[in-house]
Amino acid sequence: MAVALVLVLVVVGSVLFHLLSPWWWTPIASNWDYIDHTIIITFWITGVVFAAVVLFMAYCVFRFRHREGNRAAYEPENKRLESWLTIVTAVGVTALLVPGLFVWSRFVNVPSDATEVEVVGQQWQWSFRLPGKDGKLGTSDTSNVSAENPLGVIASDPNGQDDVVVEAADLHLPVGKPVKMLLRSIDVLHDFYVPEFRAKMDMIPGSVTYFWFTPTRTGTFQVLCAELCGQGHPLMNGVVMVDTQEDYVAWLGEQQTFAQLSAPQQTGSADPAPAGTVAPGSRISAKLETVEAR
Amino acid sequence: MVDITPADAVPPAEVGEMELYHPHSWWTKYVFSQDAKVIAIQYSATATAIGMVALVLSWLMRLQLGFPGTFDFITPEAYYQFITMHGMIMVIYLLTALFLGGFGNYLIPLMVGARDMVFPYVNMLSYWIYLLAVLVLVSSFFAPGGPTGAGWTLYPPQAIMTGTPGGQDWGIILMLVSLILFIIGFTMGGLNYVVTVLQARTRGMTLMRLPLTVWGIFTATVMALLAFPALFVACVMMLFDRALGTSFFMPAIVEMGEQLQHSGGSPILFQHLFWFFGHPEVYIVALPAFGIVSDLISTHARKNIFGYRMMVWAIVGIGALSFVVWAHHMYVSGMHPYFGFFFATTTLIIAVPTAIKVYNWVLTLWRGDIHLTIPMLFALAFIVTFVNGGLTGLFLGNVVVDVPLSDTMFVVAHFHMVMGVAPILVIFGAIYHWYPKVTGRMLNETLGQFHFWVTFLGAYLIFFPMHYLGLVGLPRRYAELTDMTIMTESAHHLNSFISIMAFMVGFAQIVFLFNLIWSIRHGREAGGNPWRATTLEWQTAETPPTHGNFGKDLPIVYRWAYDYSVPGAKEDFIPQNVPGSFGTSKEPA
Repeated sequence: MAVALVLVLVVVGSVLFHLLSPWWWTPIASNWDYIDHTIIITFWITGVVFAAVVLFMAYCVFRFRHREGNRAAYEPENKRLESWLTIVTAVGVTALLVPGLFVWSRFVNVPSDATEVEVVGQQWQWSFRLPGKDGKLGTSDTSNVSAENPLGVIASDPNGQDDVVVEAADLHLPVGKPVKMLLRSIDVLHDFYVPEFRAKMDMIPGSVTYFWFTPTRTGTFQVLCAELCGQGHPLMNGVVMVDTQEDYVAWLGEQQTFAQLSAPQQTGSADPAPAGTVAPGSRISAKLETVEAR
Repeated sequence: MVDITPADAVPPAEVGEMELYHPHSWWTKYVFSQDAKVIAIQYSATATAIGMVALVLSWLMRLQLGFPGTFDFITPEAYYQFITMHGMIMVIYLLTALFLGGFGNYLIPLMVGARDMVFPYVNMLSYWIYLLAVLVLVSSFFAPGGPTGAGWTLYPPQAIMTGTPGGQDWGIILMLVSLILFIIGFTMGGLNYVVTVLQARTRGMTLMRLPLTVWGIFTATVMALLAFPALFVACVMMLFDRALGTSFFMPAIVEMGEQLQHSGGSPILFQHLFWFFGHPEVYIVALPAFGIVSDLISTHARKNIFGYRMMVWAIVGIGALSFVVWAHHMYVSGMHPYFGFFFATTTLIIAVPTAIKVYNWVLTLWRGDIHLTIPMLFALAFIVTFVNGGLTGLFLGNVVVDVPLSDTMFVVAHFHMVMGVAPILVIFGAIYHWYPKVTGRMLNETLGQFHFWVTFLGAYLIFFPMHYLGLVGLPRRYAELTDMTIMTESAHHLNSFISIMAFMVGFAQIVFLFNLIWSIRHGREAGGNPWRATTLEWQTAETPPTHGNFGKDLPIVYRWAYDYSVPGAKEDFIPQNVPGSFGTSKEPA
């Protein structure tokens, strides 16, 4: 009796928790409300199945609990019932899979008018590169990375000279324009994740990965790293600001291009200590301090 | 459907007591024993001991998550070491070892009517190599730099780099060596389990008369023998990358402004190898639990398992399908996005045989005679948590739904519910069920009730709300859940609540351990077959069974394992080794 009651309470409690709890997704800021809809469908189907199975169990525990003189039925198989259950399950699973795959095909096929924006992850900061007037990003290679060329842009590629380089600062995007985020890492795995955009993708050193989305409202959104990248992982925050077109153009005008950044600098820049003279451990703690200070 | 085979149709047992290696001293009887039952207890005790380490680690990480900034000794390095070791211990060194090395060793020979495993000496070696693997793992806590903090998935490049605890110290090396040892030890045991099931079944014990426990453990072992080699080569290759400077998984990398001496390797190759092992691993843990819980439900509901043949084929089907779903762990890994279509489809297909198993468990309860014993309570709790965790798998398996939820607390909640809580509830139920056979005494019922309710409700209250933290978007593997705009005051409170529940559930496990030890001497005498069960392990001449299991003559099997409440029979159970026809028995052929 008590057991059956607890089982019913588990179902009722779970449903009430789902409906009443304050913990729900953040207001969306991208075109991926398709994903939210698919999650809702999934919640409905799985919720009904969960309630049905556990409530049926509760009924059985109550109705068929042991009492003196009771004897169980003897029914090893019931082909009809088993076939029906298999078919119903297959239908339910199809109802989940079909919309899921449909939305996935949208997710992976980038519209042709999407602007490319490169995100480069490194322990533990985000940098960005936007195409210049030519609309093309220059090629890059991790082996080119140095203090002067933090993203490893290949200088001999003319497409790269006018690229806008945003090192360890905020990214701005214009509202309502689809963007293809090209994701790169120069050290370990990272994952560019903005909860309000719903999309995320790992960044792999040596490869370029991508996802696309259209920002649908202006605002300031926090970038989180969603793939464990060492002890500074939780500190690897960044900012994406979705601007109106005018604000975006104004911001873009203030940024420096690769050519400007790599022009020889006159004044004595604070040279980083030559590699190898500092113990790795202290380099990491120094790095962590700068990340934490931001 | 066939009638029960009459006794005279089967030739009398000709198998006398086999030439077993009988121990001559205390050492060979209890320490370097070749008796599968002793090896089973050694496996179980070692797994429980290392599991306690994992339990303490989970408390430490919950202290940090529930009360951030309160405990200075939990640095980010320490936190990552805790989660890594907790995950690895629970999945490999506890669950795999306990289900296959513990339950497999104890139950397979007894349930199939064999005197022992077919290669007892190799079986003994299997345990000692497992113990060595555990000791190497534990030694990393005392090594310079501490254990690895790479996460239990050990993804390179970070696993072997300076920014990860243990990456350039001893931690990762000891981890990889320990895994390699574990796999060697497991392979020795696994071959034993498979050959024993195939070759050493007693007369009359056809494959379709095996209890589902044996089917579950057998299929899981076959899968493990096929899956672990992928992890083995991944470990060896990463060890080479770390120790010899090869670049299997290491592309060109700039670390903290310094170019490393690697180039051309593929980090994602490791992920494919890892999950080619890692996904079957989920079912290596789940299938023995499926099998065992089927037998618990059938025995304690006094009713045959519903749809036995379907259950067997579901186990085999899930085992086979689980080898073609691995990349659903990698939807946002950056692999080619078109893989998503294939792996989402295979992943959702696997839901069908899994759902059939659930239906058959609850349909076994239907029109049963349900005894709410402690094993039955754990079996019911298993169904609740497994259904819950399995259904959230439909979120994560459905590629596009996984995109916002991947790498969040939703994933943590899902896999803990489905492959942490659910199988462990089965382990508890199984221990309450078979403890009387192992020791001759019952576990204390009152302590058992306390253990059950705190564990079941506590674990549900930990992991059910945790899904919603993931829905908010909170990422997993964050040593600090503080500097985030999506983190709210109420989410902090929920985290504190989850931590407090975790301490309570942990405390209940200490009560359980006390019960295990106390009842060895003080438990109620059990007799040979306290649950009035049909399977062969309950029909041994002596309890606990002696070396050789069945005394002079091996049992002969006349019926399937589920002749409960057969109409016309006097008792509500007919053991498998009882001859004679009862007319209406409808054993599936």
